[in-house]
Amino acid sequence: MDAAAPVEAATRTAPVDYLLQLADDALVLGQRNAEWCGHGPILEEDLALANHSLDHLGLARLLYQHAARCIEADAGEAARFAHLRGARHGGVLTEDTLAYFRDANEFRNHTLAELPHHGPLAGPARTDRDFATTVVRNFLFSALTVPLWTALQNSADAHLAGIAAKSLKEARYHQRHAGDWLVRLGDGTDESHARTQAALDHLMPFCLEFWVTSPAEQQAADDGTGVALSSLRDAWNTTVDAALAQATLQRPADGGFVPTGKRGVHSEHMGFLLAEMQSLARAHPDAVW
Amino acid sequence: MSAEAAVDASLAPLWAVLEPLTDPEIPVVSLRELGILRDVRRGADGVAEVVITPTYSGCPAMGQIEDDVRQAVASAGLQARVVTQLAPAWTTDWMTPAAREKLRAYGIAPPHCGATPTGHANVVRFAPPPGSTPAIACPQCGSTRTTETSPFGSTACKALYRCLDCLEPFDYFKPY
Repeated sequence: MDAAAPVEAATRTAPVDYLLQLADDALVLGQRNAEWCGHGPILEEDLALANHSLDHLGLARLLYQHAARCIEADAGEAARFAHLRGARHGGVLTEDTLAYFRDANEFRNHTLAELPHHGPLAGPARTDRDFATTVVRNFLFSALTVPLWTALQNSADAHLAGIAAKSLKEARYHQRHAGDWLVRLGDGTDESHARTQAALDHLMPFCLEFWVTSPAEQQAADDGTGVALSSLRDAWNTTVDAALAQATLQRPADGGFVPTGKRGVHSEHMGFLLAEMQSLARAHPDAVW
Repeated sequence: MSAEAAVDASLAPLWAVLEPLTDPEIPVVSLRELGILRDVRRGADGVAEVVITPTYSGCPAMGQIEDDVRQAVASAGLQARVVTQLAPAWTTDWMTPAAREKLRAYGIAPPHCGATPTGHANVVRFAPPPGSTPAIACPQCGSTRTTETSPFGSTACKALYRCLDCLEPFDYFKPY
């Protein structure tokens, strides 16, 4: 048995930008949900959301590590990321370089992942975190990640397929948790129903971005390391419609502006999120664990 | 555990050195019993390899486990490198019956085999209808009249449960 040969060596690797897109979604959503740590509406939810974030952070690490290896193994990619100097170990780009030293326009996450835990506000207005917004976002997102990771288990990139098989198990728990709360809040009191419906009306339009194929997604779908987005849409619709019906919520009509986070053009919230997440690492760019 | 390892007697000392290592968060079960320690084998270059696999992607104990393995190998004067392998993905179904019993005795209800959520069927139920999910036996009194307090507990791999007979709260090791 030729056990020592790295499994990845025998197979294709996914496009770096595709790995980064998947990783950025996990990191940014994990960072957002972690804002509830110490502020959860009840202790169990505080633990649950911290657990979610831990899963997302673990997933992001695996993907960034894979992306970092792919970048270092390819001179063209290495040159493309040469401007990132921080958190290199012995001159080699690491997962931390990718997470902490890229700017907002280099992140490829869906805009949905970066939005704050409340609806739109005008000007300098401030408000508290809204748990319904958190629940609806996590539900809409996990309804995508479950079929996505299911499909990516068959990726031509064996390492990505291995990550997908692990992540799928976690995404199912996330979906179950968010789905439970969606029904509990939607089919709850007048207040919880109204807030959940408002969160849905706010967030649903951002899901249109799920179905706009980015260049990295196209490349990955073409070379067999990714998945065609159109193949996920029916599963997403089925999950969402079933949950909304049980939660007595009305699905808003599709339409309007399509967000562009996957192209690196983000909402105004992205810079603030990164500032909070990256400032420590950037203050100590040569620090090692 | 692989056939190759079993016939390679030169790896037996490594297995012996690794056997006492436990999960830092569940110090009663060994890494081998949990399925985290997957294999000890010879690399292509002849160097021994200890293969470990993470439980949850974000399990914060993995760094500690890797350090523990390195230290155990080094302090026994042996040579081996640690290889982290993701596929096949870890599952609670790999836990040995002995490990399950140790978990129960420690106060953690062991995971049900094959009870991992698999599809969309139970996604939107807040309280699953009676009988639709396996009854979790209280590790204190053995009663199966138990209820889930929260699907996420003190660590990523556990849920919070409560016994309706002895009224004790307990951890349930979630199927994964």
